Amino acid sequence: MNVEIRQMRTAAEQALADAFARHKDRLAKPAAIGALREAAFARFEASGLPHRRVEEWKYTDLRALMREAVPLAAPPDTNERARAREAGRFIDEAGARRIVLVNGVFAPELSDLSDLDPGLTIGALADRLSRADGAVPGAPGALDEDTAVSLNTAFMGDGAVIAVAPGATIGRPLHIVSVVTAASPCAVFARSLVDIGNDAQMTLIESHEGPADLAYQVNSVLQLAAGDKARLDHVKVVREGGRALHIGTLMATAGADAALNTFVFTVGGAVVRNQLAIVLNGERTEAHVGGASLLRGSQHADNTLVVDHAVPHCTSREVFKSVVDGDARSVFQGKIVVRPNAQKTDGKMAAHALLLSESAEADAKPELEIFADDVVCGHGATAGALDGELLFYLKARGIPQKQAEALMIEAFVGEAVEGIANGAVREALMQTVSGWLAARG
Amino acid sequence: MLLEIKNLHVEIDGKKILNGLDLAIEQGKVHAIMGPNGSGKSTLAYVLAGKEDYAVTEGDILFNGESVLDLDPDERAARGLFLAFQYPIEIPGVATMTFLRTALNAQRKARGEGELSTPDFLKRVREAAGKLEINQDMLRRAVNVGFSGGEKKRNEILQMAMLEPRLAVLDETDSGLDIDALKIVSEGVNRLRSPERAFIVITHYQRLLDYIVPDVVHVLSRGRIVKTGGKELALELEASGYAQYQSEAA
Ligand SMILES: Nc1ncnc2c1ncn2[C@@H]1O[C@H](COP(=O)(O)OP(=O)(O)OP(=O)(O)O)[C@@H](O)[C@H]1O
Ligand SMILES: [Mg+2]
Repeated sequence: MNVEIRQMRTAAEQALADAFARHKDRLAKPAAIGALREAAFARFEASGLPHRRVEEWKYTDLRALMREAVPLAAPPDTNERARAREAGRFIDEAGARRIVLVNGVFAPELSDLSDLDPGLTIGALADRLSRADGAVPGAPGALDEDTAVSLNTAFMGDGAVIAVAPGATIGRPLHIVSVVTAASPCAVFARSLVDIGNDAQMTLIESHEGPADLAYQVNSVLQLAAGDKARLDHVKVVREGGRALHIGTLMATAGADAALNTFVFTVGGAVVRNQLAIVLNGERTEAHVGGASLLRGSQHADNTLVVDHAVPHCTSREVFKSVVDGDARSVFQGKIVVRPNAQKTDGKMAAHALLLSESAEADAKPELEIFADDVVCGHGATAGALDGELLFYLKARGIPQKQAEALMIEAFVGEAVEGIANGAVREALMQTVSGWLAARG
Repeated sequence: MLLEIKNLHVEIDGKKILNGLDLAIEQGKVHAIMGPNGSGKSTLAYVLAGKEDYAVTEGDILFNGESVLDLDPDERAARGLFLAFQYPIEIPGVATMTFLRTALNAQRKARGEGELSTPDFLKRVREAAGKLEINQDMLRRAVNVGFSGGEKKRNEILQMAMLEPRLAVLDETDSGLDIDALKIVSEGVNRLRSPERAFIVITHYQRLLDYIVPDVVHVLSRGRIVKTGGKELALELEASGYAQYQSEAA
């Protein structure tokens, strides 16, 4: 027997329900989207905010971490738009085409939409949602019941809609710059859709930032579909302000003979949850799923992923690294699922944490769920302090303690970042690592 | 005196390893230290380099007349102490080139000297590496990762050549080397011999001392120097072994 006992609503849950009611007029139209939102919000109402007894959220008790829900962000005014101009510049060297979302709203005047590469189209999700036939693809398996995704569906306002035509190679990377510039705490629910046709190629950067001292909340979803023989290099950078709550979900599917590379780099935010659901739907596809987190103070960052091998002959590699200082906490939950017919699956997953202080914490839960018999799969996890023998070797060569530590931390993160195909992106991330280390003193 | 070790007592985890060791080394000299396994040779080397795990319970180490016991390993290195490790450490993710450059510039900075320019640095590395028959590919690889035993030892000598220490301690640098590599490494050491620089060569084998001819040979047993002589002492030991010294020290 399965008895569901719902506790009383928390303040945050109540505020979300109030917001859904208050914005009903806007959210209910058009009818098809309205129905989608209703169903999604009903799922949220049934479960409430996830807490530690919900397996997928075991280490990130959102009910405890999200004390209150802040008001939905209003459309950005002139000042808020102006303040967004310099966002995402840390990675300018990549020469990417900028698509700017201010407080979750697509800002064409800040975006670079001129001379689009042949085969590339860019639009706003708000336009799509306003059309009666503006369907939004459903979430793939692992996350269709997820509370954060449900909330996003219920409240999503805008985002980018990007399509790459079959056979098109988009030479210039795209950069979705998500920035919060509001003056008072607000909640942003953005969703972007990216469709990469058969034989098409693209590099997509996604960065998130906002004010250092504002308790804003971001719930962002990126839905990616890569066709047969498509190649996508995706890098997400979380540089949110120090009081921000960021829940970002990547839902990706890939066809046959495709190459899907995704990397999530977390350096900012008070509470960060990056969730990834990747479904390999076509044979002989290779997926590289990686991440690195640099955490200090009381930061909490959770990378939770499910890589679903739905068909035979696919390869996936998952490598996540975290550097944890102060009282910070890093969480890794990774699962490789191998469906009954997915023979010859090759999947390897690893999570490594470097703990820089006594009170730093790292939790790792790598899992394999294998229903096929002819597969090669493995996982591992390590957590520990910097190796004293290594440090001594460096110091014996004249390198002072802090510099020796920095060298080792850089090397540790560098091994993960190395997997990113775009050199300028790698460079920008390693610059960020240097900056983080410099601030460590 | 470049190095003076006086009545040195060292413990690790409450276990006494060095028991009143005395040793004095003048600049320009090569001292060989031989002794049975477990007698404390590597311990001495580590304590000189400043490894924190060891507790000095008595005695002192003077380098250039100054006690170094309170100095961190990097400070000792900047003053000219160098240890070639018996078991060189692998450093994943740090290219040998980066490592050499970081170390050299850190030492120069500590001594108040300016950083070496990129062309100057590259010229010096290439020259030093060439003489030790270390190829460019190895310099690009992570420090010691995937290096053969002999390559690791040669890499230690390369570091020594780049850092130009006043006192170099070579802990069994000959072990694991084939005959050709032994020659290359010995020549590398001999090239660095100068009136200002001294060496402590720790070894089990007389053969190394045919190439690097020592001025003084010591026998270390049970944490003390129990016998000191000229280079002929190494030959005697080769013939008679350590039995007599172990019982003497006991
Ligand atoms: N961390 C440690 N804890 C306890 N004992 C130790 C530790 N490190 C070294 N020892 C002991 O100290 C003694 C001296 O070791 P050391 O490595 O200095 O010997 P060695 O003369 O260099 O030997 P070898 O010729 O085999 O290299 C040995 O008995 C060793 O077991
Ligand atoms: Mg030894």
